[in-house]
Amino acid sequence: MIEYLHSVTLQEDKCVGCTDCIKRCPTEAIRVRHGKAKIIDERCIDCGLCIKVCRNRAKKAMTDKLDCLSEYKYKVAIPAPTLYAQFKDIYDVNVILTGLKQLGFDEVFEVSRAAEIVTEESKKLLKSSNLKKPVISSACPVIIRLIQIRFPELIEHILPVISPMEVAARIVKNDLIKRGIDEKDIGVFFISPCAAKATNARNPIGIEKSHVDKVLSIKEVYKKLAGTLKRLDKIENLRTSSYDGIRWAMSGGEGKGLEIDNFIAVDGIENVIKVLEEVENGKLVNVDFIEGLACTGGCLGGPLTVENSFVAKNKLKKALKNTLEEKAGDCANLHTEDITLFWNKEVLSKPVMSLDEDMNIAIKKMEELERIYEQLPQIDCGSCGAPNCRALAEDIVRNNANIEDCIFMLRKKVREMAEDMVALAQKIPASLNNKDF
Amino acid sequence: MKLNFEVDGDDFLLAGEASSQVKKVLKQLGVASDIIRRIAIAMYEAEINMVLHANGGMVDVDISPEKIYIVFQDTGPGIEDIELAMQEGYSTASDKIRELGFGAGMGLPNMKRYSDDLKITSELGKGTKVEIIVYLNREGD
Repeated sequence: MIEYLHSVTLQEDKCVGCTDCIKRCPTEAIRVRHGKAKIIDERCIDCGLCIKVCRNRAKKAMTDKLDCLSEYKYKVAIPAPTLYAQFKDIYDVNVILTGLKQLGFDEVFEVSRAAEIVTEESKKLLKSSNLKKPVISSACPVIIRLIQIRFPELIEHILPVISPMEVAARIVKNDLIKRGIDEKDIGVFFISPCAAKATNARNPIGIEKSHVDKVLSIKEVYKKLAGTLKRLDKIENLRTSSYDGIRWAMSGGEGKGLEIDNFIAVDGIENVIKVLEEVENGKLVNVDFIEGLACTGGCLGGPLTVENSFVAKNKLKKALKNTLEEKAGDCANLHTEDITLFWNKEVLSKPVMSLDEDMNIAIKKMEELERIYEQLPQIDCGSCGAPNCRALAEDIVRNNANIEDCIFMLRKKVREMAEDMVALAQKIPASLNNKDF
Repeated sequence: MKLNFEVDGDDFLLAGEASSQVKKVLKQLGVASDIIRRIAIAMYEAEINMVLHANGGMVDVDISPEKIYIVFQDTGPGIEDIELAMQEGYSTASDKIRELGFGAGMGLPNMKRYSDDLKITSELGKGTKVEIIVYLNREGD
């Protein structure tokens, strides 16, 4: 079986082959080939930036549809707290959860409740830990994949706890099985702000198998839910999470919950890369914890959300204020003692950037790369289909492109050839009378 | 293979460009990540030193499958007492530099700690040459 690597895909008919996505991809994982964007599977870390920047909406995430609820007898929704920040004038989490349930779910369990459990475990780990400082949050799967590809040395810094999504799914399944429901009849549906979580449900990091069965995007759910919320007659008291769990949706939320002052909360993948570079340079050994989230503003800025990240933050704050005024409901069926909260599978580095396994050959290729790069115009126009001139040079040494893919090099060659032709045309064989020619 | 960089002395915020570039190249060459990290730290310290004390300079990197050899050459004021400069916590950084969060006196000690070989030659008023070697296949040390 081919390993499932990412959830971001291309809708070919919508792609016009422009350079918007190739330019922004943080792992240089996209090339334009034959007029269409092509994702290099093993390099994509599902950050979803290409989904956000594509003006033709040609990039999308492979998520499930609400129709697949019918595949299961017993259906449970586990919404990410980002869902609470999507609706107009609705800041009561119970209203949103009641509406969600009415879409056809038997139960709802909040990922933000699971986040509170993760916070408690993380606190213990950070205190007792022999983890390398600064400890890096494992909450955002994009950042873990980024570390695997670009910062392998920092794998040892990652907090080895499973994500709130996974904890929520485990709690739900464990409880329902205890209540006598057959495991194969249970469908756990994560309501997701991003593509990376969808990948994690299919191909998780740090664990063998995810307990999440389907992943619905917030966009997918929003369409039906927004209408339903207006027609509710009775609001159920379903919220069991409170302030600390819900604020995980925004940047700094996880870190603040840990009750340590000495942490960095960084959001937006380009910013996270800068901070990880500093960790790599040994500059941040005095920092205890780094919460890095790939999207601007944290999960609120996820590519599969409806509301703009900054407006969503304002809405989430209102929802949070609400939770301070009303106490959360009890949650009797957690049974966290039955559940493993830690990674049990090694997270390996993925050296996809390496030019060759044999370093002698890699050095030769690198020298060739530098030579080619020197010839290129170095204006990074992207017309060749690679994000910049260096990436084209790299593609050439990997035999994935030709130097004539560069329009400037092509023009230069055509001109040289034309000049040769002219020069050739002026040469007259000695045997002929040059007046005739 | 050889790489050369010019380190601009005007802006300490830009220091680290050379080490960033070298890191990227080493990753593409498939060099083990712990070695990359040691080189990154040693290089960054040397680079920032050149910016803070010597108004920039040149960096030459020579990469072979056996070792990575890096030379930092500046035309700054030079180091008066190298032995003293190697001591942890010793720094000649001005108050202004210290206010910026530098000058903890860990630059040279860190370079020594993270490299396999460190050689410093300096002449007062002329400049300083720092040579760093990190071996790629040395095991157990």
